[in-house]
Amino acid sequence: MTTSTAPEMGIPRLYRPVHGRWIGGVAAALADHLGLSRSVVRLAFVLLSFSAGLGLLLYGAFWIVVRTPPGEVENSRRAAAEYLVALVSGVLVLLINVNALSRGGWFVPSVLACFGGALIWRQASETERDRWRRLSRNSLAAGAFDRVGLLRLVAGVALVLAGAIFVVGKAGFSAAGVVLVAMLVTVGGLALITGPWWLKLVRELSEERRERIRSEERAEIAAHLHDSVLQTLALIQRNAASPREVARLARIQERELRIKLYGAGVPNGQFGAALQAAAAEVEDTYAITIDVVAVGDHALNARLDALVAAAREAMVNSAKHAEVTSVSVYAEASEAEASVYVRDRGVGFDPEHIEGDRQGVRGSIVGRLHRQRGTATIKSRPGEGTEVELRVQL
Amino acid sequence: MTDATHSPSGSSAGRPTVVLVDDHGMFRAGVRAEIGDAVDIVGEAATVAEAIATIRHTRPAVVLLDVHLPDGGGPAVVAAVLPEAPETRFLALSVSDAAEDVISVIRAGARGYVTKTISGADLRDAIRRVADGDVVFSPRLAGFVLDAFRDGEGGPRAVVDPELDQLTPREQEVLRLLARGYSYREIGAELFISIKTVETHASNVLRKLQLSSRHQLTRWAADRRLV
Repeated sequence: MTTSTAPEMGIPRLYRPVHGRWIGGVAAALADHLGLSRSVVRLAFVLLSFSAGLGLLLYGAFWIVVRTPPGEVENSRRAAAEYLVALVSGVLVLLINVNALSRGGWFVPSVLACFGGALIWRQASETERDRWRRLSRNSLAAGAFDRVGLLRLVAGVALVLAGAIFVVGKAGFSAAGVVLVAMLVTVGGLALITGPWWLKLVRELSEERRERIRSEERAEIAAHLHDSVLQTLALIQRNAASPREVARLARIQERELRIKLYGAGVPNGQFGAALQAAAAEVEDTYAITIDVVAVGDHALNARLDALVAAAREAMVNSAKHAEVTSVSVYAEASEAEASVYVRDRGVGFDPEHIEGDRQGVRGSIVGRLHRQRGTATIKSRPGEGTEVELRVQL
Repeated sequence: MTDATHSPSGSSAGRPTVVLVDDHGMFRAGVRAEIGDAVDIVGEAATVAEAIATIRHTRPAVVLLDVHLPDGGGPAVVAAVLPEAPETRFLALSVSDAAEDVISVIRAGARGYVTKTISGADLRDAIRRVADGDVVFSPRLAGFVLDAFRDGEGGPRAVVDPELDQLTPREQEVLRLLARGYSYREIGAELFISIKTVETHASNVLRKLQLSSRHQLTRWAADRRLV
């Protein structure tokens, strides 16, 4: 990203203008950028062309690398013509130099390589170019910072050197040169020609996979919403006359969604989850709201099972007799002991005079905990609500 | 409860000025209907940017703040507004009940936290208390604090200020009662202390929650998935 944000001050950026140009706008661009007359720059290119076609070559290179200003759209027919002119000028330069440089053997492939590279560079979009710039910077810089990167760099250089020494030593420089160059040219050419296509293919594949995962997720959520939320909404509409029933349905749905979204309250052999499950059951049965706050946790055992069962009984008592819509439950578990407080702000009663039919308190709560050497304390007064304190040693 | 010395403008008239911040218009309408006759709702906002602009413009006594907002979340609003409007108090409202959300908005500077299922009467009471400078602990928030400050949990602690890193026995007692659903008045009666003392304990706990360097606090909240 840093490379593309050139300073906007003073010197105009190097862009090939779309208007007022003769061929590709290269001379005009350079003239604007350097603050020279356009005619002078054009003359310089023409003069340089007599030096073994250097002017043509430079012109082609600038043409390929320098962009038109952002926002200005080039005539597509012109763009096609540009490629043609670039190709012709490249061939022209080759022809001019073919006599002088044929013995070097390296000139033709390097020109081809440059040309192919430039082609890829031009075909790539701006974001791709930025990524490549970053990548090349990263892989070079990685050598200095990253041990793995350094290792890779050293191994790569060693391999290349070893290969070169092997070939030169075996076949002698001249023979190896021809074969090697031919191979390099072929491989390089293939890579250059198909490179953009490969890049595109890889990108499209990963995009398609992402899209598929997304649509599968969407389908799953839609199915879940249909199975649960829409059904609940339908039930709520049918029960609109009964606020208690509506609240119960909404509460059930809320809990289900929370389990789905956060995975909470799923039985996992822990005290907290078991208490949540017991509270949920009472909520569903008696259409009240039970808020459970749990601090700490402990794996379930016989004593904690008894504690949960006693707490459940206390919640049922509040639900049945307290004439309230909500009950608070607070639980705390440590290594040494666990306690549960079940509290409502309902009608209350006199604990001294528990009626005969209220066996739940004596049998299910007090007795159950005493068998596990726990304690149950009931605090209640008529009109002031009830709090049941349950406690077991672990 | 009405103490003019630390009441921001607006709450002295008995009806605190309130801004509602929630991205669900339906929820805002519901809250407005429930509390509209007890407070002055001076503005509404659905996004972080809107909220910041509205609060700057209206300077309410209390901001009812949804923890989840489309472009950043409640903590971002508190962090942006609190330095320039220290007299504005934030009461966080959340539907998620996840420790991470609760702890983050309290640590950003909110003065209380309640769940969206709170009854209209309780919400009105909570707004009045926050406007009067008190802090509001829902039972769930009290439970989170007790859990976060429990001893013997987590690894070694980087204690910078030991006093901020633990709760006094009295503060723990107060928190336990809050978690059990007791009101400040009931706690005072239970512990034989005045309501003012209960309030002081509660605001000390909130300060510790905000300032504690207890390094596992944020991670604890992130790890914890409780509803």
